[in-house]
Amino acid sequence: MNWSAIRAIYVFEMARFFRTLAQSFLSPVLSTSLYFVVFGAAIGSRIQEIEGVSYGAFIVPGLIMLSVITQAISNASFGIYFPKFIGTIYELLSAPVNFLEIVAGYVGAAATKALFIGVIILITAFFFVDVTIQHPLAMIAFLLLTCLSFALLGFIIGIWAGSFEQLQLVPLLVVTPLVFLGGAFYSISMLPPVWQTISYFNPVVYLISGFRWSFFGSADVPIAVSLLAITGFTAACLLVIGWIFKTGWRIRQ
Amino acid sequence: MAVILDIRDLRKSYSDGFEALKGVDLQIEQGEILALLGPNGAGKTTLISTVCGITQATSGQVSVGGHDIVTAFRAARAMIGLVPQEINLEPFEKVINTVQFSRGLFGKPRDDAAIERILRQLSLWDKKDNQIRALSGGMKRRVLIAKALSHEPRLLFLDEPTAGVDVELRKDMWEIVQGLKADGVTIVLTTHYIEEAEAIADRVGVIAKGELLLVEEKASLMARMGQKQLDVQLSEPLETVPEALSKYDLTLCDAGCTLTYAYDTRAERTGITKLLQDVSAAGLVLRDVVTRQSSLEDIFVGLVHDDKGDTA
Repeated sequence: MNWSAIRAIYVFEMARFFRTLAQSFLSPVLSTSLYFVVFGAAIGSRIQEIEGVSYGAFIVPGLIMLSVITQAISNASFGIYFPKFIGTIYELLSAPVNFLEIVAGYVGAAATKALFIGVIILITAFFFVDVTIQHPLAMIAFLLLTCLSFALLGFIIGIWAGSFEQLQLVPLLVVTPLVFLGGAFYSISMLPPVWQTISYFNPVVYLISGFRWSFFGSADVPIAVSLLAITGFTAACLLVIGWIFKTGWRIRQ
Repeated sequence: MAVILDIRDLRKSYSDGFEALKGVDLQIEQGEILALLGPNGAGKTTLISTVCGITQATSGQVSVGGHDIVTAFRAARAMIGLVPQEINLEPFEKVINTVQFSRGLFGKPRDDAAIERILRQLSLWDKKDNQIRALSGGMKRRVLIAKALSHEPRLLFLDEPTAGVDVELRKDMWEIVQGLKADGVTIVLTTHYIEEAEAIADRVGVIAKGELLLVEEKASLMARMGQKQLDVQLSEPLETVPEALSKYDLTLCDAGCTLTYAYDTRAERTGITKLLQDVSAAGLVLRDVVTRQSSLEDIFVGLVHDDKGDTA
């Protein structure tokens, strides 16, 4: 393993994050606060408790997931798309590194950034609502796996994208709807039966359900299924990335 | 001398059927400077990209310092530095950070002294904390070289290092290249400036349409291919070449004031003595005699032109 290369990529990518530290942190704090004011205080006061949890607290895991998923994808996709766009990718391709090392550097940095944001949101949430974490270890595991798997997905999107528009397209058209319809703001059991069935095809449902279980001990789907789903998703992303580097798809002529 | 780069029957075809490299064989010895000359689209960049791993070869073998670029890509690539043709740099990065990044990427441990030496050598030390976007074009090109040298490569590729660079900077670049050669770095540079190859290369390769037409010592290439020309300037203009001189292949130019005689410098008898005797016997009065050697450019244009004629 070329550890030095992984470290170089990771440090380089994190430097970009720290250059824009204020906006990296302010934006999620602000948007989360807005969600708590609107959904928690204004609308939430008219919604009954869900599974014994106040609505304001109920949406905390979903809100964290929403930001973490979006941040992981956008950071990883931008991280690898930018060198492609400005041409510095030549250096990665001609360096004594294999695909695992490149992925580890970029995805590691993107996942770290997403994790930062997730933690910031969690801290913000404590100021607004009464949050309990029943299974802290499971919570950390879910958070880490989500950061990692969606950073991997973001990496794939960044390789695939041929323009900045395409870079925004997948997060906007696919990921945001999946997260909103994945039970970030409600329990799947609140849906009519048909929509419940449809929801089970949405991978994000398993993530949010499992993540919420780690907070409140109740879930829409069994926790083992959630774990299996996120692990399977991570493996699928890794396989796609392995194929990309083997064939040189969109990067090597 | 040991061979540092060994290319055997290297071919590259694109999916649309275009053959960028048609079986290139090339051996480069340690410590030499090889200039690859060729017109745009000849395959120079494809050749370099393939050796560096940016482009995948369709077939053929390449080894760097004895390491195959596919099966032992780590060892092979660790020996190579690449300065690309385009100025590809992250605009918001600091000079020193981007150079240190390159060193790390190539698996070398951090070494501030080595980086400082490289930046000083390229007159970049004063600019080390500047953002790249604040640098001039020439300075950016130096940053590219610094990145390529950051991991102390043994084989350096310079892909058109002086394209679009002003004359002064081009001279600087040549000095840098000579300095690297003195440090024992093997250099392959592509160019379409003949004077560049003439000024700094030990050997010259000519590539056109994906084929390496020849690789030769610059001096012997010029001697072998180089024709010399003798201009006999007359004090009185002539209308035609005199009958007595018709056995020589002479051309009359300069409004009849100059007789031009082409000869091969390596021929046993150049025929100059006899010609001059006959000129004087024909009663012509000489004003001056000038000899000229054809430049690499003439050779190059001749080669590429011949090739076009063959394949068209």
